[in-house]
Amino acid sequence: MRTQTSSLRSKDLLGIEPLTPEEITLILDTAEGFKEVSERPVKKVPALRGQLVINLFMEASTRTRVSFEIAEKRLSADTLNFTASGSSVEKGETLIDTAENLMAMHPDMIVIRHKHPGSPKMLADRLPASVINAGDGAHEHPTQALLDAFTIRERLGRLQGVNVSMIGDIAHSRVVRSNIHLLTKMGAHVTLAAPPTLIPAEIERMGVRVVGSLDEALEGADVVMMLRIQLERQGKLSLPSLREYYNTFGLTPERLRRAREGVLVMHPGPMNRGVEIASDVADGPYSVILEQVTNGVAVRMAVLYLLAGGHLAE
Amino acid sequence: MRDAFNIEHSTFNIQHFSSLMNLLITNARIVDPSQDLDAKLDLLIEGGLIARVDKRIKADVETIDAAGLVVVPGLIDLHVHLREPGQEHKETIATGTRAAVAGGYTAVCAMANTVPPNDERAVTEMIIAEAARNGACRVYPVGAVSRGLKGEEMAELADLRAAGCVAASDDGKPVSNAQLMRRALEYCSMLGIPVVAHEEDPHLNEGGVMHEGYYSTLLGMAGIPAASEETMVSRDVVLARLTRSHLHIAHISTAGAIDAVRRARDEGVKVTCEVTPHHIALEDAALQSFSTNLKMNPPLRSRDHREAVLEAIADGTIDVIATDHAPHHFDEKNLEFDLAPFGVIGLETAFGVCYERLVKPGLIDLPRLVDLMSCAPARVFRLPGGTLAAGAPADVTLLDLEARYQVTNTFHSKASNSPFIGETLHGRPSMTIVGGRVRFDGRARAVEPKAKKRARR
Repeated sequence: MRTQTSSLRSKDLLGIEPLTPEEITLILDTAEGFKEVSERPVKKVPALRGQLVINLFMEASTRTRVSFEIAEKRLSADTLNFTASGSSVEKGETLIDTAENLMAMHPDMIVIRHKHPGSPKMLADRLPASVINAGDGAHEHPTQALLDAFTIRERLGRLQGVNVSMIGDIAHSRVVRSNIHLLTKMGAHVTLAAPPTLIPAEIERMGVRVVGSLDEALEGADVVMMLRIQLERQGKLSLPSLREYYNTFGLTPERLRRAREGVLVMHPGPMNRGVEIASDVADGPYSVILEQVTNGVAVRMAVLYLLAGGHLAE
Repeated sequence: MRDAFNIEHSTFNIQHFSSLMNLLITNARIVDPSQDLDAKLDLLIEGGLIARVDKRIKADVETIDAAGLVVVPGLIDLHVHLREPGQEHKETIATGTRAAVAGGYTAVCAMANTVPPNDERAVTEMIIAEAARNGACRVYPVGAVSRGLKGEEMAELADLRAAGCVAASDDGKPVSNAQLMRRALEYCSMLGIPVVAHEEDPHLNEGGVMHEGYYSTLLGMAGIPAASEETMVSRDVVLARLTRSHLHIAHISTAGAIDAVRRARDEGVKVTCEVTPHHIALEDAALQSFSTNLKMNPPLRSRDHREAVLEAIADGTIDVIATDHAPHHFDEKNLEFDLAPFGVIGLETAFGVCYERLVKPGLIDLPRLVDLMSCAPARVFRLPGGTLAAGAPADVTLLDLEARYQVTNTFHSKASNSPFIGETLHGRPSMTIVGGRVRFDGRARAVEPKAKKRARR
């Protein structure tokens, strides 16, 4: 599918849910061009010169924050990183006050990571800047889903009809939700597997199949996405032990044989080796985990570029 | 036992004596389900009491021409949070009761989760005294079930009852300890008052901010399962049967809880229940806006549960509509959804919402709505009022069923955390008379509260 639209409708990227398949394709196509920029000796284009992007990271992040910052720098934007620790947030300032104060310094875009769902929308509803959701609680993480889709499309040549299985802590995963929205919009088939304690209510209504075992999920899969067990987000009542989890849902080379030849093994990171995935698989021939990270920069460049373009046109 | 309802004497004593005039209301449609009355009649008020309801009464007193209006017994809200003492930045007895009369209410029951909680006589007396001084309607305090609302030991319920409490509740929190619930039910049966149960299992609720279902999954928010309410309602109807005591379920919201009540009542258990206007009108899908004015406990449920609520109103399983009016300060609600407090205001929109959602679509008729909002509350808590029978207190509400209006963020309440801002409603209170005194007159909408609109980008 080639691009049928040339711009995004919204000033913000709050999630995949509001995007159309055409918009998703536009972002992925745009990212292809930016991937090439990252392979040049001089990895920089002037697209966002003179624009200020604030990275408002209210929750721990390595990959996403660094990836956004690199993407911004490669687009020649001025960037500023803001984290909760060491800021007035520790003095009790509310998110809205923090954001309005930052807004008073006229940023063009705000990238926000926050542990509470809906926080990016709170800002987007109130601020003229473009707001990009870099992960809000268990709600959405749209650029992760876009980079996952970019990776699948680059490797398999399509998204339509691809069988994607996601395994792990579905309940607490924003990556799963954004991926379900994206993959189902693009015609892929999504299967989820986890102990029932980690499957949230009525998730089938999002257009996915839920199975009860890792083997069932692997059967016929073109792509296997393993998810981190987010121990910090749940009490002790969902899983007896990580040992038992590894024995029932951990991805090992033996189990992976059930998947199709050439299966892609993905993980949004950070990985817990020996919990959801064995090192032999994470580092093995089917793993595209580090490619995902590389592609993340290109996809984020595309998102920043397109939102800035929409911005300039106003 | 001392007369618990001494507000009648204290609220309308010396300072108001001169204004305790006689009133004649003419040309009205009078709807009083307590007497099975729905007719064009006149109503005469003398000395703060209903003197008579009759055809073409002649009396040389101040006369209100109520042509085009409906006259009903004053509305009674069994469930409000007036926040005083202790949280006067959210609401006070003065502002909460002004909101009440603007909503057609002539009496409200004030929940005990104030600061300090209403778990001892001194607090009850303070509430009653303040209501007498500055209240616009009758205020009936509800005493705490447990000391400090801690759910550990019983509060001095006989003392609270003697001081004027009309029910016992730890509302805002469940009574987790089944033994405490059992003992409270037994003890309150001696006092002739119901235990009002806020039904949730704190373990099943842990961290939840909205109804658990498709939308909590979609939005990635921690869910409050229907089972949290249903397990506790099931437990408490068993305890009500065991103790042969009166259990009143606050803000019922799920199909399973309603079934449990229906079954228990069929078996002769003395259980009553109330539902809020927001559980009648709204569903969890609305939370896709992440508006904190849609955050309350119990949460807005999914469509199947709301349909069960509507069915239970129609078939009589639900006895009462109560608002769970829960004011919060603007700043407290202007936070991330997870961090905002639970609760919405409801007094000023209740009648309009219920008329719009229940009567206009033909689910119930107007007399049934009046029963749910006035007569039944009086019966369930054994309060005066809820009737226009001769000799009853002259608590009377005039309704304008033709009024069509949009709810704005301008309220008599100190708070504006309403989920109905922007909704267009039909029907609203036009005048509220408490003990023969006109406490709200909205016929010309002359008494508008000060605008509280905030300049937000």
